[in-house]
Amino acid sequence: MPANRFNGFTEYGIGIGLRAPHYNHILTRKPVCDWFEIISENFMIDGGRPLRILEEILEQYKVVQHGVSMYFGSAEKPNREHLRRLKELVRRTKTPWLSDHLCWGSVDGRYTHDLLPMPYTFEAAKLTAQKVREVRDYLEVPVAVENVSSYAEFHVSEMTEWEFLNEVVERADCGILLDVNNIYVSSQNHSFNPFDYVNSVPAERVAQIHIAGHSKYRRYILDTHDHPVIDPVWKLYERAIQRVGHTATLLEWDDSIPSFDEVHDEALKANKFLSSTLLATAV
Amino acid sequence: MSLAALQKTMARAVMQPLTPSEHMQTTAPDGRSMRTYAARFIKPNDRLTSFERLEIYNRQYWFRLLSSMIEDFPGLRAVLGDRKFEAMSKAYLVDCPSQSFTLRNLGARLETWLRKHPKWAGSKRELAIDITRLEWADIEAFDGKAEPPLRPDNLGGEVGAKLKLKLQPHISLLDLKYPVDDLLLEVRKEDDDTDFASNAFQERHKRKRVQAVAKLKPAEIFLAVHRVDDSVYFRRIEREEFVILGALREGKSLGKAIQAAFRHSRIPAGERAELVQKWFQNWATLGWFCREKGPVVPEAS
Repeated sequence: MPANRFNGFTEYGIGIGLRAPHYNHILTRKPVCDWFEIISENFMIDGGRPLRILEEILEQYKVVQHGVSMYFGSAEKPNREHLRRLKELVRRTKTPWLSDHLCWGSVDGRYTHDLLPMPYTFEAAKLTAQKVREVRDYLEVPVAVENVSSYAEFHVSEMTEWEFLNEVVERADCGILLDVNNIYVSSQNHSFNPFDYVNSVPAERVAQIHIAGHSKYRRYILDTHDHPVIDPVWKLYERAIQRVGHTATLLEWDDSIPSFDEVHDEALKANKFLSSTLLATAV
Repeated sequence: MSLAALQKTMARAVMQPLTPSEHMQTTAPDGRSMRTYAARFIKPNDRLTSFERLEIYNRQYWFRLLSSMIEDFPGLRAVLGDRKFEAMSKAYLVDCPSQSFTLRNLGARLETWLRKHPKWAGSKRELAIDITRLEWADIEAFDGKAEPPLRPDNLGGEVGAKLKLKLQPHISLLDLKYPVDDLLLEVRKEDDDTDFASNAFQERHKRKRVQAVAKLKPAEIFLAVHRVDDSVYFRRIEREEFVILGALREGKSLGKAIQAAFRHSRIPAGERAELVQKWFQNWATLGWFCREKGPVVPEAS
């Protein structure tokens, strides 16, 4: 939704992920960009160049934190050191909301550094929601959970992925970072209609939307963030925007990263859909 | 299957090493067939078996972690060669899986592990350990903590035998058997040059790296790996400097640190005072000293 309690009542436009190859361009050319999303873990450090760059970016741009290793769905307790460092960074960036993935990735204190898929069970939803609440209460900032791309499904699942997402966010009373590319990737890998997913998400909880490119293989699709956004994903984005309104949108591009302008131009294609929503609202 | 049980079952398979042809092993962690193991908890679909779906995650895990090792330890890779480095990294990651939320800390236990498992470095054990120490110190210096520095002017009125000084947390002091600082700089230069080069060009540079390693002769050096203006530097220091700085880091007083440094020193007694003064001037100018809390406290006698 445009501005809601899950994105700190902000009205952010179109942003891109802040990535090292663009630092110099951003700091010297100071291009216009609505906002940047940072990977929290890259800045949960004690000092040095990354933090100095971040300070300079924060002086001129709006920044939102996005995490990759909170693992809301891991059966173990959150890592205290992780939380302490994350809170320190939240204080530094004053991020209006914070997102991480609806997945798991650590067991017995061992990290896979991957976004592993959840079994869609009520037990998992309950535990995950509890963890989201704990993290949000500790960090004192709105939290949005992002749906991930997946390549496997489990026998134990008791519901669809979107039903599971709804179950978690209702129990946790948290926001959603709706990744329409991830929905597309999973829909191809698991043979479901991606529009069923987008149409089932509680629109009032959507804090932000992700768009990205992926890689298609013969028998499955991998979420690689190394290509432009394809048309079927833009169609899903269009549908999402029709449902949730003019929402903060971010393009992820993490591998084979082209120039800043190329990435930003790709992200700005979202304007076509956002402006049509604004027109529809106006008439 | 409970959530915890499912996650343990899957994580064991995901973290199991790949075959030499980079596929998932056919034997599961519990000794049974991996096909049966995967089918227990993962659904097949019309295109992929349970085994193949699990394999995607198994491969992603290893590709991601090995890439991180390559990025963090290019010098060690040059010393061991690509194939031995990969084999060593796999063995290390099996013994020491990541225990941190960030890949930045993946190599934190590599030096200790390599000392316990010297076979992975073969005849280059000492060289491999030295370059590993340097590359880890480089990571620590890059984003380690920096306290407000004590500059020469701050030290003026406080210098005395009982003075205790704190060293910046991001500084590592290394006593090395090989001049690996030169080697690492050479390797990085080659890597930078080959970023956009052809395969033939890269092969030539790879040979140059191998030659650089081969011609490296043992020579004891002392290094301070530190950060100035967000850049990491390898500064060669004298043995006596190394001892003084190390003693200060351990919390010893200035007097005791200097005493320890010159106990077996070849530096003539008449030159020592002037040298120590010069060293302190340099260290303070580089911002190596700090005080975390409160004033600089003289040691109680």
